[in-house]
Amino acid sequence: MSAPNRLSHRLPGGLIDRKRTLSFRFDGREYHGHPGDTLASALLAGGRMLMGRSFKYHRPRGPLTAGSEEPNALVELGGGACREPNARATTTELFDGLEARSQNRWPSLSFDVLAVNDLLAPFLTAGFYYKTFMWPRSFWDKVYEPAIRRAAGLGRLSGAADPDVYDKGFLHCDLLVVGGGPAGLTAALAAARAGARVILAEEDFRFGGRLNCDAGLFLGADQQDWISACVEELSSLENVRLMPRTMVFGAFDHGIFGALENNPPQAASGPRQVLWRIYARRTVLAAGAVERPIAFADNDRPGIMLAGAVRAYANRWAVAVGRQVVVFTNNDDGYRTAADLMAKGVEVPAIVDTRSDAAVDVGVPVFAGAAVVGTSGRLRLSGVKLRLSSGEERSLKCDALALGGGWNPNLHLTCHQGHRPVWREDIAAFVPGKAGPPGLRAAGAACGAFSTANALEGGRDAANDALEDLGFRRQDVKLPEAEGRTPSIVAFWHVRSKGGRAWVDFQNDVTVKDVELAHRENFRSVEHLKRYTTLGMAPDQGKTANVIGLAVMAELSGRTIPETGTTTFRPPYAPVSVAAFAGRSTGEDFRPRRLTPSHDWAAEQGAHFVEAGLWLRAQWFPRPGESHWRQTVDREVLATRGSVGICDVSTLGKIDVQGTDAAAFLNRVYCNGFAKLPVGRVRYGLMLREDGMAMDDGTTARLAEDHFVTTTTTANAVAVFRHMEFCRQSLWPGLDVQLVSTTEAWAQFAVAGPNSRRVLQRVVDPEFDISNEAFPFMACGEITVCGGLRARLFRISFSGELAYEIAVPTRYGDGLIRRLMEAGRDFDITPYGTEALGVMRVEKGHAAGGELNGTVTARNLGMERMVSAKKDSIGAPLSRRESLSGEDVLKLVGFCPLDPAQPLVAGSHLLPEGAAAQASNDQGYLTSAVYSPTLATPIALGFLKRGDARLGEVVDVANPLMGTRVRARVVSPHFFDPEGGRLRV
Amino acid sequence: MIIEHPLLGPRDAQEFVYLGDASLIDRPDGMAEDSVECFHDYLYLRSNPAGLHRELWFHEGGDRSWLVVTRDTVTHEIVKVELAADVARQRGRCR
Repeated sequence: MSAPNRLSHRLPGGLIDRKRTLSFRFDGREYHGHPGDTLASALLAGGRMLMGRSFKYHRPRGPLTAGSEEPNALVELGGGACREPNARATTTELFDGLEARSQNRWPSLSFDVLAVNDLLAPFLTAGFYYKTFMWPRSFWDKVYEPAIRRAAGLGRLSGAADPDVYDKGFLHCDLLVVGGGPAGLTAALAAARAGARVILAEEDFRFGGRLNCDAGLFLGADQQDWISACVEELSSLENVRLMPRTMVFGAFDHGIFGALENNPPQAASGPRQVLWRIYARRTVLAAGAVERPIAFADNDRPGIMLAGAVRAYANRWAVAVGRQVVVFTNNDDGYRTAADLMAKGVEVPAIVDTRSDAAVDVGVPVFAGAAVVGTSGRLRLSGVKLRLSSGEERSLKCDALALGGGWNPNLHLTCHQGHRPVWREDIAAFVPGKAGPPGLRAAGAACGAFSTANALEGGRDAANDALEDLGFRRQDVKLPEAEGRTPSIVAFWHVRSKGGRAWVDFQNDVTVKDVELAHRENFRSVEHLKRYTTLGMAPDQGKTANVIGLAVMAELSGRTIPETGTTTFRPPYAPVSVAAFAGRSTGEDFRPRRLTPSHDWAAEQGAHFVEAGLWLRAQWFPRPGESHWRQTVDREVLATRGSVGICDVSTLGKIDVQGTDAAAFLNRVYCNGFAKLPVGRVRYGLMLREDGMAMDDGTTARLAEDHFVTTTTTANAVAVFRHMEFCRQSLWPGLDVQLVSTTEAWAQFAVAGPNSRRVLQRVVDPEFDISNEAFPFMACGEITVCGGLRARLFRISFSGELAYEIAVPTRYGDGLIRRLMEAGRDFDITPYGTEALGVMRVEKGHAAGGELNGTVTARNLGMERMVSAKKDSIGAPLSRRESLSGEDVLKLVGFCPLDPAQPLVAGSHLLPEGAAAQASNDQGYLTSAVYSPTLATPIALGFLKRGDARLGEVVDVANPLMGTRVRARVVSPHFFDPEGGRLRV
Repeated sequence: MIIEHPLLGPRDAQEFVYLGDASLIDRPDGMAEDSVECFHDYLYLRSNPAGLHRELWFHEGGDRSWLVVTRDTVTHEIVKVELAADVARQRGRCR
């Protein structure tokens, strides 16, 4: 326990638990506080006013506020990977062992070398980078920007992965109440008693709002007793969810709100933060108001603080922010600060009131019609200079100044859907406009009703109105008697004086001079002002700054504030960390991972896996002694072509198509014909988009008159199904056809190679004849394997060998691959991965993802004869467009390098021999390139202008990125067994 | 956003995939003489209203219904949600 000493600024009373003392460190020095303190209140109690350096000029700064609108007191919390930059000391709940550091200073907070920027201020005005760093252009990236970024800035990230857990959640309610002050509490009570589902979200860790900060708001009852009674009643009800430490950061369409809930510091369990999506049928915005400063010369010295914050520190946290506190105000509210401070025994040397008719008899000297025109003190305020109504100047000694420029309703959420606030002259503030997010009502200070009585009543009435909309009964909530003064204010924004800079936006270091400069250079609209000066563009979004900036611009241009413009706000209300948006979707959990039915088996074989969409597929199966993946892949290809190979192809999309019109339906979604496909046969199909470009390809098997199974490529499985459903429901709703995606239902293996039939005959039950005569190329059928297990067999081939695809229900996939490996042991059956699969399909000239890239037509692919002219199908009409049938059309062909030692690279461009590598000479590009162990040469597929008429010609394959150029011969894309004899044996 | 699914009630927009203008339902006859012109207009010409807009949404994370959602592009208010199959039938589409 720290002994009270002369440095302590603690006062009696306050909402802190003095029975416990918490130790914490700031910039390495130990301080003490109590539960209930914030980092800022505890530092202030320890006599520490200097908490940060400003963004651009590195001016020494202390806290301006006591809430989340704080522009100055930004600190780094924690250490190592947990380091959190830009935490607001004013909202950071104190805990034992907290470590905080100041930021944007070097070498120390009280001596910062870059404070030299402050002397350079004449050169660092608004728009300085646009004017100063224009040339040489190349200096921007390498010199200017890095230097500016080092000098101007906020905190540093740790650079390490965040070790904390974040989560997301969804909540539904009848009434969401944003803010737990007097208005929010009565709103929640009314709704809770009516039986509605209520969520009460409060940014602070304590409910009560200004009732915690101001004395004398209730005329009889004790403010804290009333808050406790409200919270107790609300927490006893099952239909109410109380959410302290929860900041509602955005209002979205249809009554959806984003909210960030913080777990209490050092909580034993639970994620650090939860990002909630709240679905609210009705909302009461009771977010209160934020006070604004007044601009005058050197108004940013540590010790200059908003009047309401000074009061909050005195009443809630029992901290005197100074020994002698001068009050500077343009409204009645400043007098409360003076009264509360004096009641606590703090000296108030004077009240400076800009209003000439200010009341005078309050027991303190009041200078009416006066203003503060300057301040002194470097790391802490030491005095203020006044200009009295007579014009005489006078100096006053003080170590703190309470600044009351009026209050801005916290109407941010009402603007998030593009609605604009309206100006109210009588309170000199913007209030929510008539139109706003549907279902949302503002109450209390958030709608400009500043008295406590108004807040209590307004909250209850807004909730009752909302409840009535929803069919609940209005509730009578008995309200405590409270002050009902309407505070008088005479708008006053900035003090004109010679010399000195007057801060408007403390966080982004924007002064009145910057606004004047913007005006002089004709950046007069609010949007231009904002972007030119960066006013309001800091993380605090100008909560304390925007209205003053607007008012100064209005004065300069001789217009009213409404004529000048309005301020508006976008989400988030206060910063939300990216970690909270990510939630648990990080690292391996970023997206789901799909495993093939043979995954465990493949992992046992030591397979190397590759991500294919969400799938993890075996890419190749290395064997001991193989030192390079190419060695493995070459072996897998040769073993398959030489005897038999096996590959898991379950990832291909499978769509079950059934109904009496199934054939008619397929006939319309594929460009080639399906109506005449016999039962028991498979056909290759090409699917076009309506614009005539190839969308996907695959095989379709007819298992019965009214039953087809269509396959899609792995990558397009979802999109093709969506497209087919669109056609079925939206184009031809009268067809009798049903679609089901069965991708996950079947484990499917390709068994390929001259010995594939012999292997399969050992697992297919004997009553099924799969000889070449009974089950020829492109046959299909429903069979049983392994003694009665139902299966589907397709005699189709992607490899160009005698091949089958065999499918069993997914749960038998692992068993089947083990059984097939066993059955093929004496044929040296070889598992192969996606790489060998790709090599074999390129050797056969089959199109795949590289070729079906969204820009090619059936004609480009050499498949124009598949597009039937005898029927209507998706994409067929526009594939006949004139623009797609030019002479110079790209055609799919094959390429072999003249020198087999030179590899080809997919993506390379094709040029006439010897032509310069420039776009005007471009004749096409390579889409797939592999090394063919079968032909012992690199080979490639690609699109070449008139390629089909240029077989035998030599072209240059240029890869400017890698600086290579290879001469290659144009050949047929069917490199291997072009007649397809091997398929049919 | 919340879409009031005609069969399933209120559902979050995240469950849906957006396609575009509901005029895609009115696919022209591909066998007509002037089909290339008709398909050009069908596929590429869209109005861009500030106000009510009928558009196609697919309930991919749900029951796989295609819906026609009438949405105000200015306020995002959703005023009507229908099954695309019903709309298609009303517009004379069948087989």
